[in-house]
Amino acid sequence: MSAPASLSEPVFPPLRINPELVRGILVGFIRNEVRKVGFERVVLGLSGGVDSSLVATLAAEALGPKNVVAFIMPYMTSDPKSKSDALQVVQQLGIRHLEIDISPQIDAYFARFPDADQKRRGNKMARERMSILYDQSWAWRALVIGTSNKTELLLGYGTIYGDMASAINPIGDLYKTQVWQLADALGVPTSIIQKAPSADLWAGQSDETELGYQYRMIDQLLYYLVERRYSVVELKQLGFDEAFIEEIVRRVRENQYKRRLPVIAKLSSRTIDRDFRYPRDWGH
Amino acid sequence: MSRDGRLAVGLVQMDPALGDRARNLERHHQWVRQAGEAGVELLIFPELSLTGYFIKDLVAESAIPLDGDVMDELRGLSDELDVVLGAVIEEPDHRYFNASLYFSQGELVHVHRKVYLPTYGMFDERRYFAPGDRFRSFKTGFGRAGMLVCEDIWHLSSAYILSLEGVDMIICPSSSPGRGITTDERLGTAESYRLLCRTYAQFLTTFFLYCNRVGYEDGANFWGGSMVIGPNGDIIAQHEDADEALVVANIDLGDVRRERLANPLLRDERIELTINELRRAWHERTRKPF
Repeated sequence: MSAPASLSEPVFPPLRINPELVRGILVGFIRNEVRKVGFERVVLGLSGGVDSSLVATLAAEALGPKNVVAFIMPYMTSDPKSKSDALQVVQQLGIRHLEIDISPQIDAYFARFPDADQKRRGNKMARERMSILYDQSWAWRALVIGTSNKTELLLGYGTIYGDMASAINPIGDLYKTQVWQLADALGVPTSIIQKAPSADLWAGQSDETELGYQYRMIDQLLYYLVERRYSVVELKQLGFDEAFIEEIVRRVRENQYKRRLPVIAKLSSRTIDRDFRYPRDWGH
Repeated sequence: MSRDGRLAVGLVQMDPALGDRARNLERHHQWVRQAGEAGVELLIFPELSLTGYFIKDLVAESAIPLDGDVMDELRGLSDELDVVLGAVIEEPDHRYFNASLYFSQGELVHVHRKVYLPTYGMFDERRYFAPGDRFRSFKTGFGRAGMLVCEDIWHLSSAYILSLEGVDMIICPSSSPGRGITTDERLGTAESYRLLCRTYAQFLTTFFLYCNRVGYEDGANFWGGSMVIGPNGDIIAQHEDADEALVVANIDLGDVRRERLANPLLRDERIELTINELRRAWHERTRKPF
């Protein structure tokens, strides 16, 4: 398996960022969106991957390390390296942390459904972690801060109401290759940035193997498709492989439902989110 | 204004509370007091400074009529210094406008209703507001002024029309959300506004006062960067950071005369030619059979 080209290869120029500018906006975002609704703290799931490590770093700067509570929630098949990487981030940032092994609760549930496949179990684990985070957010009087990046949100490479659930998400408008740049500039350990991205729902799982393409290629295509609104014909003219284009376009389309609220059957003249439209930050 | 044409202008780069007019009004009083103590004579607040920007269905309940108790209180803000602020105006026929109001000596001097309501991308203004139908300059104690709200200045004709009325200054209250991340020092939006404002100031030979807000609404950041630009295009004062600030600049309106002597662009402007050519272009566009 080849190492991801997170730091070693040059970034596609249009996706290069000024990390200081982005850092300032995102730190301000966390501070503002957390405090104005009456909170001081955030909780997050810290996997030992680059996305959650970056969010923990931004949150620690925005709110102070003692106001960031990281939950390390391994299942028995999780890679031990994930936990040690997460602990390294905890130590480096000086944030609070708790470890909760989700194996007992997962196993208790699947004892009734022993035939459940890997994907089903993985989704359940993601939702178990979400359930823990929302419970802990009550105990800590904190908001759940999300760690989904733009690439995985667009591809639907996440579990709806699992890792995709949060109150605020500082990195949801950054592509994976941009997350790498920012993480590097903010001092996230290089070993974390360079390891193969993985949801770590089972041993040896790899994002890029599952998706079938490397993030740096996916992000280039998404840049033209989403940011620049190139048509499929124009994407082919740029030299992207036809099957690659089709697969990515299909994923973006088919996972649109994950990025929206549940569909409400319209009956009245003011239906929530359709013609009853208020800002989330109403009154703040 | 002192008789020699010198004027202290202030830009309130503030973070209004979204949909909380009472709290914002209280904050306006505080900024006016602070500006007064700093010797400011003309104080400018951002677009929709009384309500916040992405108010959506809160437009109706945020609105104020041009007469009544709230307007009386707003007029009172200008007892000591001239004040420009942003509000939702409800007309007697219940149309709502995104408006900038100029107050002086306890009176409402001028209202500009935003003409160009952005309704694309992240913007949805035309859904909630009626568009204004005019660009008009007005006389102030500091010379002739015109107001344009945010998106208005993305249409070159808006500032051009005001310049032909001989304005000494264009006031632009804004709520511009920041976007466009590259390796540049500034956001793409900040670069565009800087380019626009400097271009208007220099080539229309007028002062340009740009007041943008800061803060976050539903994840969108407002980048601040409020600036005062002289009639030669130089930035006299700017607060580049996206935090709350009162930007004060001492300007000399005599610079307008001197700049127009050196660069008589306004004198040489061919208004009639422009009108004729615009009319021709319009006729050609509307004469098409389908």
